[in-house]
Amino acid sequence: MTSTYHAGAQGFVSPGHSRGLIDVVRYRYLLRLLVRKGIQTRYHGSVLGWTWSYVKPAAQFFVYFFALGVFLGLNKGVPNFPVYLFSGMVVINLFGEAFTNATRSIVDNGPLVQKIYLPRELFPLAAVFVAFVHFLPQVAVLFIGALVTGWVPSLVAVLAFVLGVIIVTVLSTGLGLLFGAVNTSFRDAQNLVELFLLFATWASPVLYHWQSVSSALPRWAQTVYLLNPLTPAVELMHIAFWSPTLHGQQQPGGPPNLLLFSLIALLTSIVLLIVGQLTFRRLEGRFAQDL
Amino acid sequence: MTSPATPGDPGGTRLPSIVVSDVTKTFKLRHTHSFKEAFLGFIRHKTLSTTFSALSHVSVEIQEGESVALLGYNGSGKSTLLKLISGVLLPDKGRILTRGRVAGLIEVGAGFHPDLTGRDNVYLNAAILGMSRKEIDARFDDIVEFSEIGEFIDTEVKHYSSGMFLRLAFSVAIHTELDVLLVDEILAVGDAPFRAKCEVRIRELIQQGKTMVVVSHDLPMVSSLCERGVVLRNGQVTFDGRIDEAVAALSEHD
Ligand SMILES: Nc1ncnc2c1ncn2[C@@H]1O[C@H](COP(=O)(O)OP(=O)(O)OP(=O)(O)O)[C@@H](O)[C@H]1O
Ligand SMILES: [Mg+2]
Repeated sequence: MTSTYHAGAQGFVSPGHSRGLIDVVRYRYLLRLLVRKGIQTRYHGSVLGWTWSYVKPAAQFFVYFFALGVFLGLNKGVPNFPVYLFSGMVVINLFGEAFTNATRSIVDNGPLVQKIYLPRELFPLAAVFVAFVHFLPQVAVLFIGALVTGWVPSLVAVLAFVLGVIIVTVLSTGLGLLFGAVNTSFRDAQNLVELFLLFATWASPVLYHWQSVSSALPRWAQTVYLLNPLTPAVELMHIAFWSPTLHGQQQPGGPPNLLLFSLIALLTSIVLLIVGQLTFRRLEGRFAQDL
Repeated sequence: MTSPATPGDPGGTRLPSIVVSDVTKTFKLRHTHSFKEAFLGFIRHKTLSTTFSALSHVSVEIQEGESVALLGYNGSGKSTLLKLISGVLLPDKGRILTRGRVAGLIEVGAGFHPDLTGRDNVYLNAAILGMSRKEIDARFDDIVEFSEIGEFIDTEVKHYSSGMFLRLAFSVAIHTELDVLLVDEILAVGDAPFRAKCEVRIRELIQQGKTMVVVSHDLPMVSSLCERGVVLRNGQVTFDGRIDEAVAALSEHD
């Protein structure tokens, strides 16, 4: 008798089966509250609070600026080196924050995941949004720095910024879903992410100029370097914030075919998002019992 | 085949709210949480897990508007069954279907964050239980009034006494817009007057025709709240029928 009913007919549903990221749209109010919670509780109980969001990148900036710019002399090769350095750093920081937080999000929300059913994609997604909100004040500081050093507005700059941010956001969401799902069973995932991020800073032209790469690496290795989705994203940020401050000054050339490689990066990120979502859905059924 | 028509029912047919058919749930008890051990175990053909059958071939059908008590000793699988109905866990075999909005109160306050104020927590938890912003706005005052938290509503929840915390959490849960309510041992909250108030509220919900599944070890209370009882023993249904008979069946063959 019990087998006469079916999911989808007469208002019946099978509990625990969501449609993944699509279902998050229905829960957008909750997503907003989760993001707000993430923002409110992030610096809870600290006196400086959100000032830390400026202090940390500022410290990082000065360390790199003196070590690389002044001591190693990159200052001379790259005009307006501070803006060059900072524009790459903020986007890598966005990637790092979003990726780490998303990876930890399921485990961090363990009590909730084990007790109440929600589309679990909400947690990594909220983590990425929180990282994004955290990224905005850094962009503001960067923008002021660029303005002071002679930034002039252009459509290319705006488009490059938007494309760069989209690549990094999609990429970190995809990787966050993938690693977040694996992290519920194997906590090694979050350590692996830290290792990844160490490479991310050095495997893209954040701290040095593309010229150093092209003069040191053979052609095929340069292509591999450019296939890292973070490389075009960082270069796009340079086009957005750094190039407009140069006013046709003698500048070292950037990588060739940047537009092509940016589109490849976007495509790679979308593929990783799909892979992440599919893996997440495969493993989701076991989250509550594995945690 | 359609379900049997019930006279007097406007729709002509009466559909159950919850259908659990032949459900089996097995837990793998993993003894490792790292890649290394899992990998070494894989190479050495060492089993790193043992299986444990928490529910086997459980079938229960609960009609709309019915209030059912799930009875059984510790570890008999009651919470597991509720988690399966709410969707937190998925069955290994068999099927589960639900109809309408299901609010699973597996544990009150699961989504509470100690660093947020009572007000923020009310909004967050009501949204977690599936309410929209409008619904929460409309019920907010009722929730606070029921909890008797008063001016503490704008204080961070970590400064609440444990009773206050549970009252607010329970108050949110009991005011959610729902058709099916799954309650797991949460009636033991607060002091005696508050418990009495909760019981009254739950009776109200039953009268409004909400479907209710209650897990509790408080036999006198469930006897007065529910009309039907399902007894679980080692993951199997050993009795399903009237609540007084179920209570008697629970203590049998010990
Ligand atoms: N995530 C899990 N992983 C492994 N075993 C589990 C898990 N959840 C529950 N179990 C096991 O399943 C069995 C049934 O647990 P369950 O929580 O359903 O019992 P219960 O009837 O609610 O008991 P109680 O009256 O103590 O609340 C227990 O033996 C428990 O150890
Ligand atoms: Mg239990």
